[in-house]
Formats: sequence, C-alpha cells, structure tokens
Amino acid sequence: MSDLNEMTLIASKGTLDWAYPPFILASSGVAMGKEVTVFCTFYGLNLLLKDLSHLRISPQGNPDMPMKMPFGPKWFQAIDFGPKIPNLLWNIPGLEFFATQMMKRTFKNNGMATIEELREICIDMGVKFIACEMTMGMFGFSRGDFIEGIEFAGAATYLDVAHNSNQDLFI
Amino acid sequence: MTNQTLDMCGYACPMPILKTKQALASMASKEVIEVICTDQGSKKDFVAFCNQLGHKLISQRDEGNKIIFNIEKN
Repeated sequence: MSDLNEMTLIASKGTLDWAYPPFILASSGVAMGKEVTVFCTFYGLNLLLKDLSHLRISPQGNPDMPMKMPFGPKWFQAIDFGPKIPNLLWNIPGLEFFATQMMKRTFKNNGMATIEELREICIDMGVKFIACEMTMGMFGFSRGDFIEGIEFAGAATYLDVAHNSNQDLFI
Repeated sequence: MTNQTLDMCGYACPMPILKTKQALASMASKEVIEVICTDQGSKKDFVAFCNQLGHKLISQRDEGNKIIFNIEKN
C-alpha cells in the first residue's frame, strides 16, 4: 500500500457517455481510501450543473460507437447498427435524441447507475470538485447554475493540488 | 459467520465497491460482511479494494452467475 494516496482528475468532456469515466474513477478512488479532486474544465463544466438532464451522446463523428438496440428479440439486439449507419444520417433532427434515449436504456439494462446517482455518491463520499472559473465566464454560466459545495478556481489551483497527487488523469 | 449481507445483484461497476465501502463504514473492526453480486469484473476489483484498504478477503465463491465475497473489516 502506497503512502501517497491522492488522485486528481481533469474532466474535460460534457457528453453523457464521457460523463461516466470521471465519476466512476473518482467514486472508486475515494472508496479505496484516496483523496480525490476533480477539476472540471471546458465541456466538463457541464458535469457540475444542477440539472444534468441535457447531457446527450453524439453519434456524429463517432464511428466506433457500438449501436445495439436495448429491446426486442435476441437476434435483433445482437445487430450492431453502428458501422451500418452512414454518419451523414446523424444530421437528421431527433436522431441524436433517439440515440441518447437508447444509450440511457442500455445503461439501465446493464445495471449502471445514472450520472445523477454517481455524482451524489461522489459528493457524499467526499470527492472534491473544482469548477474552472475561466470556462465558467467564457460560457456565460453563473455560480448559481452549479451544485452546492464545489470550489471555483483556475489552473494554478488545480496544479497545486495535483502536485501532491500520485495519480493524475486527463479525461 | 457474517455480521451483514449486502445484495448488489444486477448492479454494475463501481456500485458494488461503493456500497461495500459505505456498509463497512458502519461496521466494527473484525466484523464480516457478505457481498453478493453479479458483476464479473468485481472478482478482481474486490481483491484490489481489500488490498488497498487492508481489509481481509476471507473467501470468494461462485454460485451460478452470482459471486459471493466474505470480507473482514480491518
């Protein structure tokens, strides 16, 4: 067991699928006795908003995303539509919403927690979140848009925390 | 002889670990928790979890698609 027991993460993405890795790793980190700090910057700032219902997946320009239907007979569920659908089709309004709903159902079918649940557990277990003040200003957010109990700071604060960390991840 | 049982069947990573951590927090040293789950990845995860926190993984067995862990709190 290492004496160094701090973990720092940079969460930079704001889509529903990419919201999972920082919350999964942060919560697992505190569960394993680490002190965890997550710096949310650029689109990762979305993960700290009070309302997370707007998080979506984007199949556009994401050709490796497997797309299997979370309902229907087994043979139907086994088909991977991902490589079969021309990327151009994802421009059709409504398809991204449909894909997001399908992904949410797939998560649920596989026993995965929702992002809201994971975030709540992270906070309960003592994960510290830092919202990037610069990005906040740039995107026109105000402090009232975010959940309670987080810190607002910049790159220097993050680097200062990360200086003592022995696991530093960029997501 | 277990002091507490935690049923995490149907829950995916990292929920079995998180809920076990929370359950252990309310237990005394040397008490044993039994965790039942279906997440296959947890077989290795609980070894790492116990190793990192100094808990003792007393036993681990498969029953159908279920995995049953007995963990003694350090």
